[in-house]
Amino acid sequence: MDFSDTSEEAAYRAQVCAWLDANAPDRLPRTAPTSEQLRAAKDWQAKKAAAGYAQISWAKEWGGPGGTTMQNVIYNQEEGRRGLATGFFGIGLGMCIPTVIAFADEVTKKRFVGPALRGEEIWCQLFSEPAAGSDLAAVRTSAVPDGDDWVVNGQKIWTSGAHYSDYGIVVTRTNRDAPKHKGLTMFWVDMTSPGIEVRPINQMSGESGFNEVFFTDVRIPDGQRLGAVDNGWKVSLVTLMNERLSIGGGGGGADYARFMELARGQTVGDEPALAHSAFREKIADWYVRTEGMKHTRMRSLTALSRGETPGPESSIGKVVAALQALNVAECAIDMLDAYGIIDDPEISPMRGAFQSLFLGMPGLRIAGGTDEILRNIIAERVLGLPGEIRVDKDVAFKDLPAGR
Amino acid sequence: MNFDFSDEQKFLRSEARKFLESAWPAARARGVVDDAAQSHDADMWRALAEQGWLGIAIPEPFGGLGLSRIDLCVIAEELGRVLAPVPFASTLYFLAEAVMLAGTADQQADILPRIVAGELIGAFASSEGPGVPTPATLRTTVSGGKLTGVKLPVTDGGIADLCVVLASEDGKPGLFLVDLNGPGVSRETLKTLDPSRGAARIAFTDAPATPLGAPGAGFDLAEQLLDRAAVLLAFEQVGLSDRCLEMARDFALERYAFGRVIGSYQAIKHKLADMYINNTLARSNAYYGAWALGTGAAELPVAAAAARVSACHAAAYAARENIQTHGGIGYTWESDCHLYYRRARQLGLVAGASIAWKERLVGRLEQRNAA
Repeated sequence: MDFSDTSEEAAYRAQVCAWLDANAPDRLPRTAPTSEQLRAAKDWQAKKAAAGYAQISWAKEWGGPGGTTMQNVIYNQEEGRRGLATGFFGIGLGMCIPTVIAFADEVTKKRFVGPALRGEEIWCQLFSEPAAGSDLAAVRTSAVPDGDDWVVNGQKIWTSGAHYSDYGIVVTRTNRDAPKHKGLTMFWVDMTSPGIEVRPINQMSGESGFNEVFFTDVRIPDGQRLGAVDNGWKVSLVTLMNERLSIGGGGGGADYARFMELARGQTVGDEPALAHSAFREKIADWYVRTEGMKHTRMRSLTALSRGETPGPESSIGKVVAALQALNVAECAIDMLDAYGIIDDPEISPMRGAFQSLFLGMPGLRIAGGTDEILRNIIAERVLGLPGEIRVDKDVAFKDLPAGR
Repeated sequence: MNFDFSDEQKFLRSEARKFLESAWPAARARGVVDDAAQSHDADMWRALAEQGWLGIAIPEPFGGLGLSRIDLCVIAEELGRVLAPVPFASTLYFLAEAVMLAGTADQQADILPRIVAGELIGAFASSEGPGVPTPATLRTTVSGGKLTGVKLPVTDGGIADLCVVLASEDGKPGLFLVDLNGPGVSRETLKTLDPSRGAARIAFTDAPATPLGAPGAGFDLAEQLLDRAAVLLAFEQVGLSDRCLEMARDFALERYAFGRVIGSYQAIKHKLADMYINNTLARSNAYYGAWALGTGAAELPVAAAAARVSACHAAAYAARENIQTHGGIGYTWESDCHLYYRRARQLGLVAGASIAWKERLVGRLEQRNAA
């Protein structure tokens, strides 16, 4: 057990730091970009790719430097520390492109992998629908064969980044007579195809990171199919598995530290807030869970670096992190007393960071698997408890009751 | 970077688990709990000595195996799983660590080989009543090499041979070694929440005491000792927590209610998922603590406090919700659930309560941020 860098790791870290110091831009947008900000993020991705710091553990065949998992962690840590991580390329590189690599023909792979790696093209993942969020296999968007094409109609929702994406992978219903998991088919799609309309959704936080996407008679050539007809569920599982593997070692999660910083500058009664035992106890709890998650991630990465499949421990991070960040925000706002209602970054402490967390975290508890679904996953896949009782399993999709 | 045990340590763990589960299962703790006259399992203690485990992290010149503290953590976890009713923590995490930390060469040569051989049971006496002892509240005194005062509770105080005592000399706190079989010592066994781990009230009246470490350094040394013990105890707690989760899971797969195994209900599934989450975080924090302890890293004070807080939380939750998952049967004397519940509480208090460690942790974080 050794939590220090090996000499090779230390050398790599030094190399990364030197390169970042010389090349990193000052500031990058995280969400809701203007076209100018998107341009800056794309330039940074291209620079990283050229220097061998994009998708570090990808093989040379796919344009990566063929580095180790630990090198990837080290890079992510250093990039995260400098606030340079952007969310624009994660879905494409972490989930869509690995699915394309696993299921598309050689020509398609060659066409898309490089541009995605260099940030020239952005991908989105068109999975969720109004009636199919946690119950992903309930998608209704239909794909009907017509000559060499499929004609797609329906609506996707919660699609992150669809408004600036060039391509997407979309899961569709191709067989309504089969049970719901057995009638799905996956495609890749050009987001500029006629019949695709993207409408940004205004979130409760005031941001618009994701979208509704409407498909009206969109023609998708059969050559864009990923995997066999009606086999889309298995394909989407590969996508979701890659989602779990695209774990970083990066920044974030240090919300207790920002809370401490706030508590140092505030008073409660005649005391500094940081001296107040109610806050101190909470800081201890948050610290312990944040560190626990960090070291848990490191254990997963150790398994990955040995060529083992990481254990299910990697799936607990979001359950802990999102709710905790919400608790930190609630507590920080309480600390400010009546002043806490102010949501103006110009005058609110920490530039309104806690107000922003307060409005943002309820969404994170839902996105990418709700707290409830993730607990089911832990109970079923890790602890071996029975799955939920399924009334829809052997019923043709068309016969399933549909509510809201 | 490598955040896992070595292959040798994993082998040690699986061998230890096989040995303990076959020869010394949790039923041994029940034997001690059921027998009011017994406060530990002497046969098991001898067996641990024969395995060499009492000397696992004690250097070879003193008869030990000379392995690392991380190896000791491996054994601690397995002892926690089976609720080992033996004075392992008192003797190794407190007495042996205190002697290795602050003892003179002569003290080490005298004491450590007897610990390895299983001939010497240790204890650590700091508490004098409710609450965390402080320099202001410390009433036990040493004068002219004679110690006077009352300590309670002293875990394993009824069976220990040699005790590390926190006491004041000339108004300055220090650590002292006292032979509990010598003159000036009277002991009274206390009724405790976990009778498989006994404790005593010890009254010292001019008992001969030898200084351990520098005069006046008592609280510093006690703090360092508690940091070490916190990491080792965290592994016992992690072992216990995982065992509670296994018990609850196994029961939830066997027990039917309303025509379904209860483990198919989300209320139970989510409870067990939360146990798993707590246990995983506690394990990861304990690993970091083990690394800091094993390498003597400067991170130890913060890492130890985090390991302690995390493990106390996981063990308390797992032991409590294990009973709940078992329903009425879990509340019976015959069920092992209460043995784990009792031990979880014992482990959560023996090196100081979680709430005090949280305060210590935040204080250390403030210092670290100021540095």
